[in-house]
Amino acid sequence: MTAAPAPQPGFPDYADKPWLDPKARPFVEVERVVKKFGDFIAVNEVSLKIYRQELFCLLGGSGCGKTTLLRMLAGFENPTSGRILIDGQDMTATPPYERPVNMMFQSYALFPHMSVAQNVGYGLKHEKMSKGERTDRVHEMLALVKLESFARRKPHQLSGGQRQRVALARSLAKNPKLLLLDEPLGALDKKLREQTQFELMNIQAKVGVTFVVVTHDQEEAMALSTRIAVMDRGSVMQVGTPTDVYEFPNCRFTADFVGSINLFEGIVTTIAGSVVTVKADGVEGELEVDHPTPVTVGTPVAVAVRPEKITISRETPTDPDHNCAEGQVLDLGYFGDRSLFRVRLASGRIVLVSHQNVRRARDEERKVDWDDKVWLSWSPRAALVLTE
Amino acid sequence: MRHGRSTFLTVWLVAGFVFLYGPILLMMAYSFNASRLATVWGGFSTKWYGELFANKMVIDAALLSLQIAAVSATVATALGTMAGIALARFGRFRGRLLFSGMVTAPLVMPEVITGLSLLLLFVAMEGAFGWPAGRGMMTITIAHITFSMAYVAVVIQSRLAQVDVSLEEAAMDLGSRPSQVLVDITLPLLAPAMVSGWLLAFTLSLDDLVISTFTSGPGATTLPMLIFSKVRLGLTPDINALATIIIVAVTTVVVIGTVVSNRVQHRRLAEGSRSGG
Repeated sequence: MTAAPAPQPGFPDYADKPWLDPKARPFVEVERVVKKFGDFIAVNEVSLKIYRQELFCLLGGSGCGKTTLLRMLAGFENPTSGRILIDGQDMTATPPYERPVNMMFQSYALFPHMSVAQNVGYGLKHEKMSKGERTDRVHEMLALVKLESFARRKPHQLSGGQRQRVALARSLAKNPKLLLLDEPLGALDKKLREQTQFELMNIQAKVGVTFVVVTHDQEEAMALSTRIAVMDRGSVMQVGTPTDVYEFPNCRFTADFVGSINLFEGIVTTIAGSVVTVKADGVEGELEVDHPTPVTVGTPVAVAVRPEKITISRETPTDPDHNCAEGQVLDLGYFGDRSLFRVRLASGRIVLVSHQNVRRARDEERKVDWDDKVWLSWSPRAALVLTE
Repeated sequence: MRHGRSTFLTVWLVAGFVFLYGPILLMMAYSFNASRLATVWGGFSTKWYGELFANKMVIDAALLSLQIAAVSATVATALGTMAGIALARFGRFRGRLLFSGMVTAPLVMPEVITGLSLLLLFVAMEGAFGWPAGRGMMTITIAHITFSMAYVAVVIQSRLAQVDVSLEEAAMDLGSRPSQVLVDITLPLLAPAMVSGWLLAFTLSLDDLVISTFTSGPGATTLPMLIFSKVRLGLTPDINALATIIIVAVTTVVVIGTVVSNRVQHRRLAEGSRSGG
């Protein structure tokens, strides 16, 4: 590796990580917000701090309250209790048309009776702007999303990807302080989604607006965001950078929701420095985990290991420090870039193992195949101890 | 299914259509009958049309009917649109069930009852504060508004149920107050439904006999009332001519309406298939 590349112009330099600095002033503050619909608690005591120019993701399954939280930021729903501050101002009871916030809807919500240019310019008619300035702004926005030649089209004459970009241009036209995006890539097909993902990040860097994105797609959240809030049943389970959330999940829910993971439930038997030994159900011998966690002997814990951190081999592992388990290949999923194995241990317990296909091999040259007796091994540093 | 059409099915199809439209076509043919007798064909003639247009009573009644229909359809569309928006967009407000029940009640209410109750109301109102003075065009118009408004409300409500709420939210998000959203987004999207609601109200008013009879007074005779009273005195071929004109007019309006709504439908379908793809 040569020297680290200089940060690209326009990209917020998150090396300083404002969320780690207690003196940094958050741009959006959600304070103990609760939202009830009748008896149903959609959002339960959520507190979040979002910093300027962040691309913050709310990640969770359907019904976890992420969209309700987004709608409260937009002003479409009022919190039952709690406060929402944007740029230091209390916005809890401000109606949507008075908030410096714009939203890109999941359905895009393009006005079908207006042209692309009219859609993009709609929000500008409330601004104090001359007609010329307004036209310029519309062109500028259409140029940003590369749709200049489509200005006179109607929404129904556009493809899904083009509509998505019109929706983005429209929501950015008023230069909001905060842009909310509800499943921005949800309606696009896979290839287009990957491409649009990076385009979205580039646009965000260019305009420097703070983004809050709601998504159920963990890959999208990981690829896009500076930080992710993982939500479940109305509560925020963990807030952190994609790396934090993936490599150091703080609870079973996050570990399982973000990516896939093997969880071995067990009891702590010994603690030596940062190394915790766990007697886990369904695994012979004891598992060693090098992960400093505040646990005591006898605590029920889960040992979590990501599938890609496990080595699969027909030979007996030689490294004495590694955790080992013997099993038989039950299933093999070949994805091209990697293969996914489901291995059954002697106890009947299933372990997922992902293997990167670094070397090119024909079917008959495959090292590990269906029904093979295999050894699984992983380093103590690859695993985690989860208590919650 | 076979591709060739079976003769059996074709015969039944033709028989069905003859059953439905035979009488109407026969009546239209007899409007060109030279003979005074409705049952005897006396050669082709357009004299009944001439006689019809020379009959001041018929022309007056037709103009009155058209006037009432136009005014009541317009007012009913305005009121019905408001009611439809309230039902489709205002969530679960207090008394919503009662409101929705009462808005749609005229759809199932027997006309005789609606007519009678309106008559009693108008009489009582005249006694209490002198308005509406007597019965005539005004009372018929009001009566037509009350029942045709229900149809408009239903049409508007069902159209609005298909309009994505996020369109209105998006407009609000972009800085429009609710009243501005109504003008910019909701009403333009409702325009086709308002047109069909208006046409429906117009036709219902033009067609109404029972309620008009109850609420009309001396000097206010609508076309259906005139036709009905003429028929009771015996069939004359000029009524056939009048009916033919009405049918041609209604058919024209319906065909135009269908073509327009088909186009809108087509556009919406194209939109849907694109957003799906």
